Amino acid sequence: MDFGLTEEQLMLQESIGGYLRSACPLDSVREATEVGSTHVPKIAAGLAELGAVGILIPEELGGVGMGFLEAALISEALGSVIAPVSFVASSVMAPVALLGAGSQEQRETWLPRIASGEVIIGVGISEHISRRETDGIFADDDTLTGKAMFVLDGMDADTLLVADNEAQLYLVQASDVTRNKLKTIDRTRSVAEIILDQTSAEILPGSVNNRKHLKDMVNAGRVMLAADTLGAAGTMLEQAIEYAKERRQFNRVIGSFQAVKHMCSEMAADLEPCRSLVWYAAHAIRAIPDEATLMACHAKAHLAETGRFVARKATEVHGGMGFTDLLGLHYWFKRIGFDRQLLGAPEVVREEAAVAQGWI
Amino acid sequence: MDLAYSPEYEQYRMEVRQFLDTNKDQSPPLYGRGNGDGKARDWQKLLIENGYAARTIPKEYGGFGGEPDILKSHIIAEEFASAAVRPGHSGDNRLVPTVLELGTEEQRQWLVPPTVRGDMIWCQGYSEPGSGSDLASLSTRAVIDGDDFVINGQKIWTSGAQHADMIFCLVRTEPDAPKHQGISYLVFSMDTPGIEVRPLVTMTGEATFNEVFFTDVRVPKHQIIGNRGEGWFVANNTLKHEREGLGDPNQAENRFREIVDLMQRETIDSNRLIDNPTYRDRLLSLQGRMLAMKFNGMRVLTSQIKKEEPGLPRWIIKLQGCELNHQMAAMAIDSMGELGILYDDGPYLRDQGRWQQRYMMDLGLIIGGGTAQIQKNMIGERALGLPKEPKFEKPLN
Repeated sequence: MDFGLTEEQLMLQESIGGYLRSACPLDSVREATEVGSTHVPKIAAGLAELGAVGILIPEELGGVGMGFLEAALISEALGSVIAPVSFVASSVMAPVALLGAGSQEQRETWLPRIASGEVIIGVGISEHISRRETDGIFADDDTLTGKAMFVLDGMDADTLLVADNEAQLYLVQASDVTRNKLKTIDRTRSVAEIILDQTSAEILPGSVNNRKHLKDMVNAGRVMLAADTLGAAGTMLEQAIEYAKERRQFNRVIGSFQAVKHMCSEMAADLEPCRSLVWYAAHAIRAIPDEATLMACHAKAHLAETGRFVARKATEVHGGMGFTDLLGLHYWFKRIGFDRQLLGAPEVVREEAAVAQGWI
Repeated sequence: MDLAYSPEYEQYRMEVRQFLDTNKDQSPPLYGRGNGDGKARDWQKLLIENGYAARTIPKEYGGFGGEPDILKSHIIAEEFASAAVRPGHSGDNRLVPTVLELGTEEQRQWLVPPTVRGDMIWCQGYSEPGSGSDLASLSTRAVIDGDDFVINGQKIWTSGAQHADMIFCLVRTEPDAPKHQGISYLVFSMDTPGIEVRPLVTMTGEATFNEVFFTDVRVPKHQIIGNRGEGWFVANNTLKHEREGLGDPNQAENRFREIVDLMQRETIDSNRLIDNPTYRDRLLSLQGRMLAMKFNGMRVLTSQIKKEEPGLPRWIIKLQGCELNHQMAAMAIDSMGELGILYDDGPYLRDQGRWQQRYMMDLGLIIGGGTAQIQKNMIGERALGLPKEPKFEKPLN
């Protein structure tokens, strides 16, 4: 029984975290996002060099062949510095689909290029979780027609992974579709709407009449978003604690007032168990497949709730300054807000958890 | 991350399970009170012989004499919980470790064996009417007179004092010393002349607590644990053991299963509650919190196995665990609706009224053993490094 990180995982956490802290300070995030960049090539190149981009991709296909817990640690590190780089879709969801349902040729074509950072794959499957508007994609021979909204990493992608109405997975080239940027609260990541009109598409053969691969992809994506929120909320809490130790009013640092101290303690008390939940959910994807869906749902929903609580309270600890653009705290606030809705809002995801354990 | 148990521990788990299968008919009821009746004592004796109670207490003091093994203790707790069988006790999980660690050899021989057997029942004399969260300000006095301490004062919230044989009690022996350095830790019989116990009825309708009054109570000088003036240090040792017992994640998981069971049984207009999306969503939110606490518990356990200080994950257990239990009881009550206001007995009472009891008892636990607010102070100051509140001491008198 060992519920914790190995030496190797701690080293990975340290190296990725260390790199990101120096490569991705708030000033560079501001600089990049002000000109609309959601994928800074320099940061991405550094991450590729450290193996983060190909974390799940087997060594023989150019990756480092690690597991979902390692991927979650990376996602957490990215969330903690609100890194403007593609990860959840391109480095996790797309590799899960390709490894599970792709042909040998597809795997050999795409995975090495993902691992090296040469290609980014966006993922557009939100209509399978909560369909909005006239969302939906239909297959006809080797072409697809329809619309996918909320394509994750969509504007930065060269290639897109989408699902038809029967959850069969396809690759399409971004240059073959109409792609519109959707402006969101979170400037550090891109979401696109894509419109397909008899667009040629390449099916992942393993997904023919098999919904499992879409599900696997969603489970993995949800755990990564939960980990991202864990990182972002962790930073907000740290900043609130630091601020409470420095800011003085009534001749005292405000952290010595119980009203402020208790807000910090409540945040820490709610957030710390989330770390264990994310670890377990990430570990379960491969090690305890029977629990994978249930735990992914709970990690996603519970981190969304706790993330919202921390984002709100940490802002409050900063008083008026927390509300300004000056401190930049809102970057984390918005990232947490983004993670909450993507791949299913908490109510939606909890309902899936009920199904996963046979309650309904 | 390796959640498997080694074959040695899997084997041990099987042994515990087999023991429970064979013997559980002899156990006292799970939700019964007290360790003092005949059936409870026999059960305790059987558990000690098999190493499932008082496991690490040395044989010469009436225990099983096993090596400390957190994983074995964990397996025992898990198996007893999932079999819904009353676990054994280690005598008194606050007093016994304290006496073993800080008592004299004579005190260990005197106090530990009967306590472990269940022949010596204890109560804790800490809180006073004027000293609750600020326990160190306590003012019950003990002055030396010949070979005795003579005690005058009052304690409150003394759980089980009406059934206790003995009390471990904090008293002020050095009134002129700084408040933390003037306290001593005494142990004495509840039959000592001058002790009056007045039951304190709580909101549950039962008297689980008492007020205890001391008037010229004479206690021989040698019945002190540790040195004079070091009682605060001795007591903190006790509190450490108490706090670890509250907010147990095993218990939360079992309760959660009971609520699911309740919501699958109960109906409104013939529809099961679990089929009502509003109730179900609330249940699922609780499940998410419960799982987070369960895995947090596994993380703490791992740190303890590795003999590392768990830090924040441990500091939060009492606060979060007690709140979660209370929220679960509230969920069960709301699922029952009008049935949830029934009390004591009656034809429609569900689960023997357990949830109604818990809903109130759990609020008591949020307050007892260090209030939620004191927990938040400790988390803030000890785990997050936030500064203490400036102190405005009123002089002791």
